[in-house]
Amino acid sequence: MAENMTLDYKFLKELTESFGPSGNEKQVAALIRAYAENFVDSSETDTLGNLILSKNGAGNKDQAAGKKKIMIAAHMDEVGLIVTYIDRHGYLYFSPVGGIKEAELPGRRVMFGSGLKGVVARERKKNEQGKPMGKCFIDIGVNGEEKAREKVKEGDMAVLSGEFVETESHIIAKALDNRVGCFIALQVLKNYQGEHDLYVVFTVQEEVGARGAKTAAFEIEPDLALIIDTTISYDTPKEEYRTAANKGVAIKAMDRTIIVSPKIKQWMTDTAQRHGIPYQCEVISAGGTDSGPVHLTKGGIATGGLAVPVRYLHTASEVAAKADIEAAYALLSELVKNPPEI
Amino acid sequence: MYLKELCELNGISGNEKPVRDFIVEHLKQQVDEYKIDKIGNLIVRKQSSDGLAGDTETKRAPVVLLAAHMDEVGLLITEITGEGFLKFATVGGIDPQILISKTVLCGNNIPGVIGCKAIHLQKREERKQTLSINDLYIDIGAGSKEEAEKNVKIGDYVAFASEFAEFGSGLFKAKAFDDRAGCAIIMEIMADRYPCSLVGAFTVQEEVGLRGSKVVSNYVQADLAIIIEATAARDTTEKREEEWVVELGKGPACSLMDALTIYKPELIARISDLAREKGIPLQFRRGTAAANDAGNLHLAGSGIPSITLSIPCRNIHSMNSLISKQDYENCLALVRLILNKCHTLI
Amino acid sequence: MDLYRNSLELAQEIITQLSPAWGVSGYEHTLKPVLKDIFNRFPVEITDDFRGNLYIQKNGNQNTQTVMLAAHQDEIGLMVNYIDSLGMVHFANVGGLDQRTLLNQEVVIHSREAVRGIISLLAKEKGVSSSKSILLEELVIDTGYSAEKVAELIQPGDIISIVRRPLTLLNQKIAGKALDDRAGIAVMAVCINELTRINHRHRVVAVATVQEEVGLRGAVTGTERLKPEIAVAIDVTHAQTPDSKAQVNNQLGKGPVLALGPNINPQIYQGLKTAAEENHIPYQIEAVAGPTGTDARVIQLVGEGIPTGLLSIPLRYMHTSVETVSLGDIVDSGKLLAHYIASLPEDLEELSCI
Repeated sequence: MAENMTLDYKFLKELTESFGPSGNEKQVAALIRAYAENFVDSSETDTLGNLILSKNGAGNKDQAAGKKKIMIAAHMDEVGLIVTYIDRHGYLYFSPVGGIKEAELPGRRVMFGSGLKGVVARERKKNEQGKPMGKCFIDIGVNGEEKAREKVKEGDMAVLSGEFVETESHIIAKALDNRVGCFIALQVLKNYQGEHDLYVVFTVQEEVGARGAKTAAFEIEPDLALIIDTTISYDTPKEEYRTAANKGVAIKAMDRTIIVSPKIKQWMTDTAQRHGIPYQCEVISAGGTDSGPVHLTKGGIATGGLAVPVRYLHTASEVAAKADIEAAYALLSELVKNPPEI
Repeated sequence: MYLKELCELNGISGNEKPVRDFIVEHLKQQVDEYKIDKIGNLIVRKQSSDGLAGDTETKRAPVVLLAAHMDEVGLLITEITGEGFLKFATVGGIDPQILISKTVLCGNNIPGVIGCKAIHLQKREERKQTLSINDLYIDIGAGSKEEAEKNVKIGDYVAFASEFAEFGSGLFKAKAFDDRAGCAIIMEIMADRYPCSLVGAFTVQEEVGLRGSKVVSNYVQADLAIIIEATAARDTTEKREEEWVVELGKGPACSLMDALTIYKPELIARISDLAREKGIPLQFRRGTAAANDAGNLHLAGSGIPSITLSIPCRNIHSMNSLISKQDYENCLALVRLILNKCHTLI
Repeated sequence: MDLYRNSLELAQEIITQLSPAWGVSGYEHTLKPVLKDIFNRFPVEITDDFRGNLYIQKNGNQNTQTVMLAAHQDEIGLMVNYIDSLGMVHFANVGGLDQRTLLNQEVVIHSREAVRGIISLLAKEKGVSSSKSILLEELVIDTGYSAEKVAELIQPGDIISIVRRPLTLLNQKIAGKALDDRAGIAVMAVCINELTRINHRHRVVAVATVQEEVGLRGAVTGTERLKPEIAVAIDVTHAQTPDSKAQVNNQLGKGPVLALGPNINPQIYQGLKTAAEENHIPYQIEAVAGPTGTDARVIQLVGEGIPTGLLSIPLRYMHTSVETVSLGDIVDSGKLLAHYIASLPEDLEELSCI
C-alpha cells in the first residue's frame, strides 16, 4: 500500500458496542450523526430510518458538466433476537432477527437496548431422541414474570454481547458485520475532497432482506452506488482458497442477488492494482447484501461491492484483519475520486 | 502420426471393421504379411532386420508380440419406443453420468442427443439420485416409431460425437485413446525393422471381456509380449496422490500387477534400467484393479513373458479424454528401445 | 424493396448463429454484435441500455402506443470460484445448471483469453457411496495447463460458458445450448420479418432482455424504461419426453404454447388464441396457477401494472447443453405474434380494463 495509514479504531469500538438490531437502529444512527456533524453538508433520516449524510462536490461543476451523484451504502443493523413471550418464571422466549443460528446461542450473553444483560439457555429436560425439549430462552436473572416485565416486554430486541478487543493486527468484536463497513464509509466521507456529490447512506434492515437500501436508492437515484459490507473469511485451519482475512479487500463478482457488471468489476480491480492495494475476489452462491435491491432500482443503477472478510460472522466475537480494513478504506477512497464512465 | 485419424474412426466392440480397414490400408505395404482371423483380430508379421523369421525350431531372432485393441466403448440400440426414442445399453464400461447432455452418432451417422429431464421438473430427492442407463434415451428427432425405424434399427452401434484436438499445454483431447493410442504406436513401429521378429496383434472386443485376445492366445507364440494400452489417470484431485494411479506427463506407466496378471519383477527391473539409461521417463501404475489383453496373452501356449505399458489418460471411456503428447512419444521411444535391446531381455 | 425472407430459413440461420455464441447472465456483452447483425437485416432502429438490454424498434402506421416483446438473451453458465494447487478450476453456478449434466462437458473460461476446459470429477471422500448424485463441489475444470500457467491466465470471478455447436435432427428439430431463450429471440426476429409485410398500427419494441436466468433482472429495468401499453413475453416451456409424461403435456412440433392464469392478461391470451385460429396456426395451451418462471412475472408488476401475455416454445431437456426445439414451432410462434399484433385495437388501453 502506498501510504502508511493507521485508522483510529476508537470509534469502531463505540460503533460495535452500540445497540442496533434490524428495525431498531436509532442508537447507532445517533452515534454516527454526532460523529459526522462537523464534516457533512447535510444529514437526513428517511421514513424507514436510513441515515443519509452527504457532502457536495468541491468546485463549481454541475450535472451538465459531468458532476455525478455517488452513493456509498453501509448497513447499520446487526442480527439479534426478538422477545415473543415471557413465561411465569420470567424466562424470555424469542425468535431470531436476521441470520443467527439458534444452535450456537446457548451460553451466550445478550444485551437489550436499555443496557439490560441476559444469557441464552437451553432446556435441560430431554425427549426420547435425546434432544432438549422446547426452544432456547433468555434468562435475565429475575424472580418471576412480574419482575421481568419491569425491565422488558414482548417485541423488545436483544443483540449478542461481546467486548471489543484490538490486537496489533486484528480486531475482535461483535457486529463487525457491518459496523466496520460504517466505520470505513465514515472515514472516506470525512476525508472526501472530490468533485462529485457524495452520499453516504447508513441503511437499515439489511440483515432481514436489504430493505432499507431499496428506499434509499429510490430517493437518491445515484449515478453510481458502492456497497461496503463484510464477507465470509474461509481461513480456519483446514480451509484453503476463497476469500479470507489478510488477503486484502474483497471485490464482489457475484452473490445470490447481483452479478456485478464486468465493466465495474474491472474498474475496481484496475483501481486497486494501480494504487498497490491488496485485493481478492468474492464469489458466493448464497447470501446477498444491499447491492441486490440497489442495482435494480428505478431504471437500474451501476453498482459495485467491496467487503472486509470477517471470521465467525453473526457471533459475539467476529474477527477482522486491520490490513483488510485499511485496504478497504484505501480502495473506497480512490474509487469515489474517479467514478467510471458507464 | 496416425493418432488423430484412428481416434476419429468409430469402431465399437463387435464393429471394429472401420479401424481394421484403416490399419490394413496403411500397413499392408510395410509388413511382410497380414491375416484376419475369424473373430476379426488383425495379425501382422515383420521379419527381423537380419532376415530370420520367427520359428521356434531353428536358431532364430527373438519373436516379440506387440498387442493393442482396436475396439472402443460405446452404445448399442436395444429398443425403439413407441414415440421414436432409442433405448440403449453400454458396450464396455461407461459411467452413465458422462452420457447426459451429449451428442452421439447412431448407426449410419444419424445425429442424436442424450438429454435429461429438466431440472425444474425434478423433485429434490430425484436430484440426489444418480441416473442409470434405464433412465436415459437417445433423441434423433423422430416423430414416431415408424420414422425412427427408417433411420436406425435395433443393434445399431452408437458412437460419441467427438473430434480430435490439441488441448492445454501439450495435451491431446479425443475419444478412444483407449486403445487407439496403442494401435497408433504399433503402426509407427511397423515402419522399421528391428533385431527381432515382430508380430503385431490388433485385437477385437477387449472392452467386453478380452475376447479377441483369447482367440489370439490360442495360436500365437512369442518370446516376449508388450501390451500397449491406455490407463485411467486420476491425477486431478489434490492431496490424494496415492490414489492417482498414474499421472499425465510422467511418462508411460509400467504395470506391476492387475486383476489377471502378475508381471515378472525381473522383466520390470530390466525395462526400468533401460529407460533410466536412456533418460526416458517411466512411472509405475499405482493401482492393481482392471485387466487387459495381457491376461490372456501371457498364458498363451506355455506362457509368454509379458509387460503392459500404458499411456496415462484422463477421463478415459468418455468423449473428451486427455493424454500428454510427451507420454505418447516417450512410450513409442521406450518400445523402440526394448525392441532394439530385446536380446538382453529374453 | 422486398425485405421479407423465408421464415423457416431465417429461423434456422438465426439459431445456427446465435445458439453457440456466448452470453452468460451478467456478461451478455459478447452477444451484442451477433444480435445487431441479426436484427439489422430488418427496417428497425436498435438501441441499448447500460445494463445490456437491446431494444429493437419496428414502427407501425400510427405509432402512438407501444407493444413490448421480451425474450431473454442470457444463458446459464458458471463462474470461477478458486483454483487449487493442481491448477484445477473450482466453480460456482450462474443460473440453474443441473450439476448432473456437467460431467465431461467442454467449457470456455473467459479470462484475458478464452481458455478451453473439460469438466471432470474429483475423487469422492472416503466412505461416500457412489450411488449418491454428483455435487457441484466435486466437479472441477481441467484446462490441461500447469498450475502456474492457470494462475497467470485465470482469476476468480471470470465467467465460464458451455461449448456446444447446434445439431440438426430429423423433422426440423434442432438441438443445442441456450435455446432457452435464443429460440425466443429467433421468434422475435421471425415476427419482425412477418411484420415487414403486414400492416400494423402500433410501435413494436422487441427487447432482448438480460439476466433473466438469475432473477428476471433485465426485464425489470427494461420495462420501466420502455413503459409499454402491453407486453408479450416469449420464452420456452417443457415439451414432453418419455420420463416426464406425468408432468408435461406440451408436445414438440405441435405449435406455440399459450399461457393463461393470474400472471396473464385474459384478453391478450384470447387475442393470441383467436389470431391462431383465424390464421390456421397450430397452438397448445398451458394453465399456470401462479407467477410464471419467465420475464412475464416481473413485467406485469411494473408501474401501474402492465397487461402481459406469454407465448412459449416447447423445448426438451431444459438447462442442458442439448436443449431441443422444433424450427416449425419457432416459425409458427413468430407468425402468430405478427398476426396478433396486426389485429390489435387502436387503443390498447381497452386491454387493461379488468
